[in-house]
Amino acid sequence: MADASSNNTFIDNLPKIYGMYTGGFIVFILLMAVLEQVGVSAEAIGILFVAFTVFIYAGIGWLSRTMQVEAYYVAGRQVPAVFNGMATAADWMSGASFVAMAGGIYFGGHGYLAFVVGWTGGYVLVASLMAPYLRKFGCYTVPDYIGTRYGGNSARLMAVIVLAVASFTYVTAQINATGTIASRALQIPFEVGVWFGLLGILLCSMLGGMRAVTWTQVAQYIVLIIAYLVPVFWMSNKQDFGLIPQFAAGDAVARLKELEELHQIGTLKPLASVVGSEGFLKLPSLVKLHSEAGTSAMDAWKFVTLVACMMAGTASLPHILMRYFTTPSVKAARTSVAWSLFFIFLLYFTAPALATFTKLQVLDPNLATSIIGKSFAEVQSLDWIQKWGAVNFLQIIDGNGDGILQINEFFMRGDIVVLATPEIAGLPYVISGLVAAGGMAAAMSTADGLLLAIANALSHDLYYKMIDPTADTKKRLLTARILLIIIGAAGAAIASMQLTSILGAVAWAFDFACSGLFFPLVLGVWWKRANRQGALAGMFFGFLAGTLYLIHVRFLGGAEWIGIDHLRFGIIGMPVSLVAMVVVSLMTPEPDEETQKMVDDMRIPKGETVLSATH
Amino acid sequence: MSEITPEVREGHWSKTKTLTIITLVIWFIFSFVVHWFADSLNSMSFLGFPLGFYMAAQGSLVVFVVLIFWLAYRQNKIDEEFGVAEED
Repeated sequence: MADASSNNTFIDNLPKIYGMYTGGFIVFILLMAVLEQVGVSAEAIGILFVAFTVFIYAGIGWLSRTMQVEAYYVAGRQVPAVFNGMATAADWMSGASFVAMAGGIYFGGHGYLAFVVGWTGGYVLVASLMAPYLRKFGCYTVPDYIGTRYGGNSARLMAVIVLAVASFTYVTAQINATGTIASRALQIPFEVGVWFGLLGILLCSMLGGMRAVTWTQVAQYIVLIIAYLVPVFWMSNKQDFGLIPQFAAGDAVARLKELEELHQIGTLKPLASVVGSEGFLKLPSLVKLHSEAGTSAMDAWKFVTLVACMMAGTASLPHILMRYFTTPSVKAARTSVAWSLFFIFLLYFTAPALATFTKLQVLDPNLATSIIGKSFAEVQSLDWIQKWGAVNFLQIIDGNGDGILQINEFFMRGDIVVLATPEIAGLPYVISGLVAAGGMAAAMSTADGLLLAIANALSHDLYYKMIDPTADTKKRLLTARILLIIIGAAGAAIASMQLTSILGAVAWAFDFACSGLFFPLVLGVWWKRANRQGALAGMFFGFLAGTLYLIHVRFLGGAEWIGIDHLRFGIIGMPVSLVAMVVVSLMTPEPDEETQKMVDDMRIPKGETVLSATH
Repeated sequence: MSEITPEVREGHWSKTKTLTIITLVIWFIFSFVVHWFADSLNSMSFLGFPLGFYMAAQGSLVVFVVLIFWLAYRQNKIDEEFGVAEED
């Protein structure tokens, strides 16, 4: 893939290459199914699934190695729209989306769907306000754009800081997820699993930068979407709701309503307080109704504020924006956002169906797999209850001593719902192995994108643009790779301490990003009058206000102001950022002629990029 | 490549702005307004789902996907109309 001519045939042959890859993966799944039939152990199949897929990604990473700056930072700007869409979808859908989202809906019902709406609608902002314009700008990184549009190292540095904080918060959660999955599937301790996960992540990104990450992410998307859809289709058909689970889920939701009444969900309070495997993290029992929306204005307010933070965060997270720098044209960048959301949509509109069907498997007395209302001894003897109970991910406690399991006596970590669903639903073990491989793909692909975003910002913006502008290509790319390893190792070290549950940290990343970066990014395109002083004020005060509020509600035990908790602190940061940016911009001189022309050029697809191809 | 006149720039940008505003209004309705009234919408049903729940689980998502494809299509038309699209 080194020289230009072989590169072009590679791009032309992409559909064929990935078609063969998908076929090969399906053959692999069938082979595993055969192995299961002839009596190979469940553990061996799990190990084969995870090890085989990670090995493939590493292989793609090695084949995509490069020593060219343009290939390392923006994959040579030749990734076709549809494939960039798949790569973005994998980049985007993290361990939280794959592993934790359906579990969140399982326990949180309608209220949790704010994440689903927020993490999809944000792409409307990306498409309409940002991606095509940033592509025309021709930058390598997001701080590269901020630094050039507003001028001066101070703006560039501030953008690097916000980017690093937001992305690093996010990446530790992803490395944590790879560690959890690797440790479950490969039967190794969590601390070892974290480092194994990191090794896989680095193999995909280190040698080829953005180019390698792009082609592994496409491969990872294919694995993760197959792994997510298969169990849901299986359950829907097994429970006789219909062929297409997403359409059949309506009847399932209605059935769930009857069962909620039967099992008194919502009225029975948890009969015990159960501490889970992470020490301070409580295992919940199901208390929320599935499809019921809150009736108060506060419930509605909580829903829309979470949606707003997740959407603005989506449009400000650098690892997503930089994916659109890799398309061959502005037009392709636009179409690519649409494809990204389409591929994300395939998983996101399946997640509520998965949560519904899994809940039915547990609750519906007509299904052989149900456990609620069964005798305690019977449930205790189930394989999956024992297996997940042994690692303290779930517990059953006969609180009222009647020998029957009630809903308020069943405690489970939300983020095991997806991983445990095949076992709960009594599917063959090959499906469990497939789901583990899918979760691994989701967490690895996001971690790769994030690590690269941080390392590229530090190597390109901090090192090359600010510290040593005379560095040659070799030195620049070596620095980028060393930084990648250092940041990855730091992330793994923090992940192994398990500071917060997977989801808490993910939402924070979005809040950090939107507090500091959303308005400086948007107004850079849409408001010519925006200048350096304004952008600096916007980034600084927005980020500061959001962070202080987070510390106030989360760590100092402060009172929440009108229902804004630690998941929504972007609601504090964003308005502060906007006001600071507008006021300071208007108080200081307007940007010079050159900058204004830059903005004009950015708004027109035709012509050269604002920054030259190799800068 | 011929130079782009200020009039062309202005016309192109004004149409782009209108398109963006329309997009954002639709986005706003399906991101916030619909979900604010989720509880009232739940009294209606769609495909067997309570409507408010449906909009959050699938409805808004479908609208977003279609909206972005439509936006890309419309914006390309605007670029071509003013002759500022990229040459292939």
